[in-house]
Amino acid sequence: MSTGMLFALVGALLFTMGAAGVALPGAPLRRIVAFNVMGSGALLVLVGLAQRGGGVDPVPQAMVLTGIVVAVAATALALALARRLGAPGARAASGDDD
Amino acid sequence: MTDPLPWLVVLPLAWASVAFLLGPGRGAVLAAFGVALQCALAFELAARVQAAGALRYAVGGWGSPLGIDWYVDGLAVLMLGLTQVVALPLLLYARSYFGHAGAAGRYFWPLAGFLIGGMNALFVSADLFNLYVTLEIVGLAAVGLVAAGGGAAQLAAALRYLFATLLGSGAFLLGVALIYGACGTVSIELLGPLLAGEAPRAVYVAVVLMSVGLFLKTALFPFHYWLPPAHGGAAVPVSALLSALVIKASFYLLLRLWLDIFAPLVQPLAWLPAVLGSAAILWGSWQAVRAEHLKLLVAWSTVAQIGYLFLAFPLLATQAAALDAVVFQTVSHALAKAAMFAATGVVIHVTGNDTVAGVAGVAQRLPLTLFAFALAGVTLMGLPPSGGFLAKWLLIDAALAEGAWPLVLVVLLGGLLAAWYVFRVLRQAFLLAPPTEVAVRAPRLMEWSALLLAAASVALGVRGIELARLIAPVGAS
Repeated sequence: MSTGMLFALVGALLFTMGAAGVALPGAPLRRIVAFNVMGSGALLVLVGLAQRGGGVDPVPQAMVLTGIVVAVAATALALALARRLGAPGARAASGDDD
Repeated sequence: MTDPLPWLVVLPLAWASVAFLLGPGRGAVLAAFGVALQCALAFELAARVQAAGALRYAVGGWGSPLGIDWYVDGLAVLMLGLTQVVALPLLLYARSYFGHAGAAGRYFWPLAGFLIGGMNALFVSADLFNLYVTLEIVGLAAVGLVAAGGGAAQLAAALRYLFATLLGSGAFLLGVALIYGACGTVSIELLGPLLAGEAPRAVYVAVVLMSVGLFLKTALFPFHYWLPPAHGGAAVPVSALLSALVIKASFYLLLRLWLDIFAPLVQPLAWLPAVLGSAAILWGSWQAVRAEHLKLLVAWSTVAQIGYLFLAFPLLATQAAALDAVVFQTVSHALAKAAMFAATGVVIHVTGNDTVAGVAGVAQRLPLTLFAFALAGVTLMGLPPSGGFLAKWLLIDAALAEGAWPLVLVVLLGGLLAAWYVFRVLRQAFLLAPPTEVAVRAPRLMEWSALLLAAASVALGVRGIELARLIAPVGAS
C-alpha cells in the first residue's frame, strides 16, 4: 500500500460520490459541482495508479493537464446553460436552487 | 497529392473557427465548400486504404509513445466517408432552413464544424486518452447545437444531455486511468497483446466502466432517457446530425474496442448488449407508435434503430456476416434518419404544425417530401431493396447460423413495429386536409436534400458490395 495506491483509492471514492451527484436529480449547480468532483476523482486515479514504478511518470501528468482543460470547458458550458435556464422566463426549472 | 488524413481533421476545425470569427449566422457557404472538399478527401483516403491497407500517421511527426498516433483502416475510413457524405446534404439543408428560422441558427455553423472535426478525429485516433478527448469535443459541440435553439425546453434538454454525456465520458476516463495504471500504456496497438493473456482485475473494471459510459453516450436502452428530448427538441438540421452521426461516433468506438482489444475479455458479456438492444427495439418502436409529435416519433425511432446495432454483438466473434450487418445498419440508418428528420423539417415548415395529426393533406402539398419520408421509412422497416433490408437480412442469417432464434424474432417484430409508426404518418398524410389559408412554399433545396439522403439509403442495398469490400480486412483480422 503506497501513497500512490492511497491516492487512487481516494480518487475512486471521489469519482463514485461525484457520479452519484451527477446522475441523481438535483439543482443544476449541485450537479455541475458533482461533475467536477467526479472528474477530479478520475484524474486522481490516473496519477495515483501510475506512480507505482517509484519515479514520476510524466505521461499521466500530461493527460491530467488535458483532462483539466476539458473539465474547465465542460463546466463553463454547463454553467452558461444553467444560467440561461435560470434567467427570467425559465425560473421554474431552477426554483429548488439554494 | 499530400496526405488527405490530417486535412480531414484540420479542415472542419479551420472553417468552424473562421465561421465563428465571421459572426452569428455567417459561414454557410464556407461550411458547404469545406465539407465538399472533405468528401473528396475521404474518398481519396478510402482509395488509398483499399490499395495499401491500413495507414498510420504520426501527428506533427512525433511518434507513438510521446506524440499522438492516428490509425486508419477500412472501418475508420468508412465512418469518415459516411460522416462527410451525410453532412454535406444536411449542411445545404441547414443553409436553407436557418435562412427561414432566424436566430436559431446563429451559432450553428461553427458548432457543426467543431462537431464534424471532433468526429473525424475520433474515427482515426489510436490511443484511449485521445479518444476520450475527441469524445468530449463531440459531446460538447453536440450539446451546444441542441442549446443553440435558445428556448427554455431546448436549454433543459441540452443540460440533461450534457450531464448524460459528461457522466458517460467520465466513466470512460476512469476506465482509461485504470488501464494506464495496470498496463502502463493507452495505445490500442500496444494494449492488444497485453490484454490478450492474463489481464489484471482492474482491467475488467475498466472494460465495464468504458462500455457503460459508451452505452450511455450511444443512448442504448435503458440509458436512452436523454435522447428523445434532445433530438426531438433541437432545430431540425441539428436533430438530423445528432441522430444520424453523433450517436454513431460513440458506437463506433464501442465496436472498435469490443472487436479489438476487449475481445478476449468481453466474450462472456456479449449477450448483454443484445438483450438491451432487443429491449430498445421494442420499447423505442412502441413509444414511436404512441408519439403525438412528429419529431418525437422520429427520435424514438432512433432509440429503436440503435437497438439493431447491438443485436449482433453475441455473433461478432463467430459470424463474419455479423460485422457486415452492423456496418450496413450504421450506414443505412445514418442516411435514412437524416432523410427522415429532413423531410419532417420540411413538413413542419410548410404546415406550421409538428403533430402527427397535422400531417393531413401533405400528400397533395408536398409529394416529393412525403416520398423522401416513405423511402427513409422503407429502410427503417427493412424492406427490400434498401440498405436496412440488407442489414437485417445479414443479421437474421448470422443469428440463424448461430441458432439464436430470439434475435430473429426481435428483428421481425421490430420491423413490424417500424411499419406501424411509418404508416401511421403516411396514412395521415394521404387524408384530405381542409384548404389552407396561406400556402407556404417548400424550399427546393430542403426537399431535394431530404430526397437525396433517402434515395441513398435505399440504393445502399443495391450497391452494398463496395462497403463490404472496404471493411473486409477488419473482419478478417
